[in-house]
Parts: sequence; structure tokens; C-alpha cells
Amino acid sequence: MHAKTKAILNLLTVAVLGLFLWWADDNLDGYQIQILNLIAVNIILALSLNLIYGFTGLFSLGHAGFMAVGAYVCSVLILAPEQKEMLFILEPAFGWVREAQAPFFVAVVAGGLAAALFAVVVGIPLLRLGDDYLGMATLGFAEIIRVLAINAPRITNGALGFKGIPDHANLYWNFGCCVFTLYVVIRLVASNSGNVFKAIRDDETAAKAMGIDVFRQKLLSFTIGSFFAGVGGALLASLLATIDPKMFTFVLTFNVLMIVVTGGLGSITGSVLAGIVITILLEWLRIVENPIYFGDWELQGIPGMRMVVFSLALICIILFRREGFMGKREFNWDWVARRFGNKAGRHAS
Amino acid sequence: MTWAMFVQHTLNGLTLGSLYALIAIGYTMVYGILRLINFAHSEIFMLGAYFVFWGITLFYLPWALAMVAAVIVTASVGILVDRVAYRPLRDAPRISALISAIGVSFFLQNVTIVVFGALPRRVYRPAWLEDPILMGDVRVLPLTLFVPALSLLLMLGLVWIVYKTKTGLGMRAISKDIETSYIMGVPVNRIISITFGIGSALAAASGIMWALRYPQLQPVMGSIPGFKAFIAAVFGGIGSIPGAVIGGVMLGVIEIMAVAFFPDLAGYRDAFAFVLLIVILLLKPTGLMGEKLEDKV
Repeated sequence: MHAKTKAILNLLTVAVLGLFLWWADDNLDGYQIQILNLIAVNIILALSLNLIYGFTGLFSLGHAGFMAVGAYVCSVLILAPEQKEMLFILEPAFGWVREAQAPFFVAVVAGGLAAALFAVVVGIPLLRLGDDYLGMATLGFAEIIRVLAINAPRITNGALGFKGIPDHANLYWNFGCCVFTLYVVIRLVASNSGNVFKAIRDDETAAKAMGIDVFRQKLLSFTIGSFFAGVGGALLASLLATIDPKMFTFVLTFNVLMIVVTGGLGSITGSVLAGIVITILLEWLRIVENPIYFGDWELQGIPGMRMVVFSLALICIILFRREGFMGKREFNWDWVARRFGNKAGRHAS
Repeated sequence: MTWAMFVQHTLNGLTLGSLYALIAIGYTMVYGILRLINFAHSEIFMLGAYFVFWGITLFYLPWALAMVAAVIVTASVGILVDRVAYRPLRDAPRISALISAIGVSFFLQNVTIVVFGALPRRVYRPAWLEDPILMGDVRVLPLTLFVPALSLLLMLGLVWIVYKTKTGLGMRAISKDIETSYIMGVPVNRIISITFGIGSALAAASGIMWALRYPQLQPVMGSIPGFKAFIAAVFGGIGSIPGAVIGGVMLGVIEIMAVAFFPDLAGYRDAFAFVLLIVILLLKPTGLMGEKLEDKV
């Protein structure tokens, strides 16, 4: 299939997605729209972790920390000064925190950039560490961010966090960012940089021997991934309208890791599909945690059951299908063409 | 700060430190043998505490019996976790086993929430543990003396097992070279099971004493102590048992002293250990007592 045809098909897919969102915005109820929004954000987060861990082999458990940075920066920028005046009841905000203002788009990008800056600062010392140590150190970083957020009430309003964050993050913003992330990650992975990342993942020593500046490339991947983690965190803050330090615990990282592992480490398609399926399941399984009524008869909800199911699922996937649903395979128009037997697909190779 | 207060803080630090040390031993033994960070270890610690109070309130067991039973049951859980979630992944990339361990950690934590509920529960201590002991100006709870003493006893027992028994010889052999140990006829899987059992038993003992010292039970109570104990193990040099003990005790004393001398920093207490972890990993990744692990090409 020609590259041009593929480009047209890709554009068509985006157009169909746009039409679907336009339809969904009018016809679905608030809860369903919220799930769609969460799907978009989770796909962004999964793609960013997949870039860091799936494609470059850096086992980072710091996602919640980068998301927190993005979320706080974005919230501070989009909350109105009067709102901030009301919110900061523990201690008054610093002047520059109170006055900081930016349009939503700028705020989201600023959230991403702040996360990327943190990634550079922690990446330079930490990325020298090997796999499991890197995981523990980045997890430590995420916890430090959380403790800092609690102990800096003049910037973050301490343990209370922010409420009433303007809900700019609608379907179009979220899916717009999602498609943009998808585009960047696909192009990056297909580029020479992408090949270098995969080389480092598969054999760091060999990559070094081939003359690759391993540390620099790792830092590049880590920073870009963290940028998108920050963007995801920023969107999440505006979507949920409320953030506090308790939100950014290890559970958040666990959810993203689960999506990436389920979809397949090193598969963009896998992250997208798993992002959709797992977000829906996560919401759907809330049912088991709430009481169910059959007429007068009440079946009690079981708190904690949702994470029992998910942690069990993660263990089973790691034990029985380590490569995830997709392995390293990707969605491909050629495959679609062959499958549905159209002539264009068969003639071009 | 008066002399009496200094002694009191030191004793508190030793108590906290020996609790960390008991958990850290489990991390370090498993890491020494399998190169696996047993993420679920902090949940094993938590289960130990829950089992005791379950035994007392549900089966009306006397204290001593409940403790022994809880330690045994927790050790079995540790062995079971290894059997089900880690053993099938022995030949897989190391990170796979770590992800499995993270899954197990969340699983155990949430099963506890399902069974016992998420709300914190109060622990009723026996009366003789409540009255402070007076030594001159120093006022300490009996636990503050009892915990380090019992911990020391348990550690001496461990040293005996590791250095004087055939099982211990097997452990040391496996940690040097697992494949050669297979060839030499060491029953590798059985010894790994025993290692998990011992590590979990010590974590359970620590969990029980922790619950007596800070009388509250919570399904998430293991996360922070578990993580700090891991840091203590890295601090002491992961893979080394004396290192884990020294690291644990030092971390406990430093933590208590830091808060005692700089009360303004109390809010950062939990961040301190993580900063320490990052600093050690950067400056001396082998820790105080650890041996250098070579990168195999």
C-alpha cells in the first residue's frame, strides 16, 4: 500500500474519531463521557510509560510523580486569582502563585514542560542505575514529590489540595492531546531515535559498543515520556476538578503499568487497546464495590475487590502471557488490506 | 536536650531500627539469592500483625500462642507467594518477577481490605505493656526494651542457621552461583522456599511488635515501613545480612534523632529515607557491607 493511501486512511480515522466525539458529546450521558475522557488520558499515560519502559527498557515507577507535577502546574495556572485566594486557607499563597494565569492550552503544555524539567533533573543522576534499582529510585522520587506537595502549603495548599479546578478538559481537548501524543510516539519510534531506543532496550552493552551515547538517549526518552506524563496529569486535574497529594500514590503508577503490560511492552497499538479496555473495566468493576439491589434484597458491595481482580489479572498476565495481548506487534493498514482482500493491498507489497 | 531525653530518643531509635532490621533481613536474603526485590514483603509484614489479632479476637488464643501461630501462618504465605508468583519466572527477565511482586503486593493488600475492611483498627495491648518503666529520669515503655532484645535473639538465631547449618550453607552457595549450586546437588527450590519462610517469619515478628508499639492495624500499614526497610537493606549493602541489621538500626536511630533535633522537619520524615536511598544508590550502590555485583555481558 502506498504511503499516501495510508496517510489518507489515517486522516480518515481521525475524522471518524472526531465525528464520533461530536456525536458522543450530544448523545451520551455525563458518566459515559467521563469514561471516554478517562480513556483518552489513560492512553496518553500508557503511551508515555511505554516509550520509557516498553521501547527504551527503563523501568520507571515514577509516573505518579511526573503526573503530580503536571497536575499542580496546570491547576495553578488555570485557577482564577480570586479562587486561589479562597482555596489557600492553611497559609496564603505566594504572590506569584496567586497571580499566575495562563490559557488552558498553555497551562497543559507548561505542566508537561515542568514534568520534563523534573525528568531531566532526576534523570541525570538516576538513569545510570540498572533496571530494578532504577524502579525503586524513581518510586522514591514520586514519593518525595508527594511529601513536598504536602509540605509546601504556600504553593500546593498542602494536604488539602485544590478544588474547583476549571473543567476545560472536554472530549475534544483530551482526544486532541491523545491523538497528538499518539502521532509523536509513532513518529519517534519509527525514527532513527526509536531504533536507538530499542537497541538500548535489547542490549545496552552492545548499543554502547556500537558507539551510541546510551546515557543521552536514555535521558531523551525519559524526558519525552515524562513530558507526556505531565500532560496527562494536567488533563486529569482539569477533568476531575480536584487534586490532592493523596491522589498521586503508587496506585496511580500501578494502573498505568498494568495498562502497558497488558497491552504489550513495546506495542503502541497494545497500549491504546488496553487503555480503552482497562479504563472501561476499572469503571465497570466499581459495581462490585457498591451495594447492588434486587428489589428489597441487598447484595453488599465489597470494597477493595476491584484492585484484587486487577492485581490478580496483572499476575496472571505476567505468569502466562508475559508479552501482553499484542506482544510487539502493531496495527497496520497492510494487514487490514490483506485481511479484507482488497486489490490495492494485494498488489502493492 | 537533656541527657535523659537523649537516652530516651536513642532507645526509641533502637526500637524502630530493630523493627526495620527484621524486615530488611527478608529483603536482603531474597535479593541475595534471587536478585529479586520482593515487593510483597511489606504486605507480609502487615499480614503478620493482622493474623495475631485475628487469632486473639476470633479464636480466643492466648497471646503467646497467637504470636507463634501468626508467625507460622505468615511464613507459609511467604512460601506460597514464592511458589505461585515467583518460581515460574525464574528464567524470565528480572523485571517480570518484580512486576509480579508488585501485583502480589497489591493483591495481598486488597484481599486484606476485602476481609478485614479498610478502616484502621485499634490494637488492645496487654496491661503489662502499658506501664512505663522508670530508670532515673528516663521513662520508657517496656516495649522499647523488649523489642530490641527479642530482635537480637531472632537475629542470633538467624546467624546460627545461615552459618552453622547445612541449609544455611545451601543459601550461601545459591547466592554465590545458582547454576553451580544446581549442579552440586543443592536442593535449590527447597532452600529458596526456606529462605522465603525465614524472611517472612522475621517480617511477621516485626509486624506484630510494630502493632504493639504503634497500636493500630491498617491494610496499608506495611507500605512505608516496608519501603524504609528496603532502603535500610540497600544502605547496609543488599545481599548482606549484617548489612541489613546495621542499615536498619542506623536508619531507625537517624530517623528518630533527625525529628528530635529538628522538629521543623517532622513533615519531611517520610521523604528523608527516600532521599537517603537516592544518595546511596548514586554514591555507593553496594552499600556499607555489600559486595560488588558484576555486570554480565
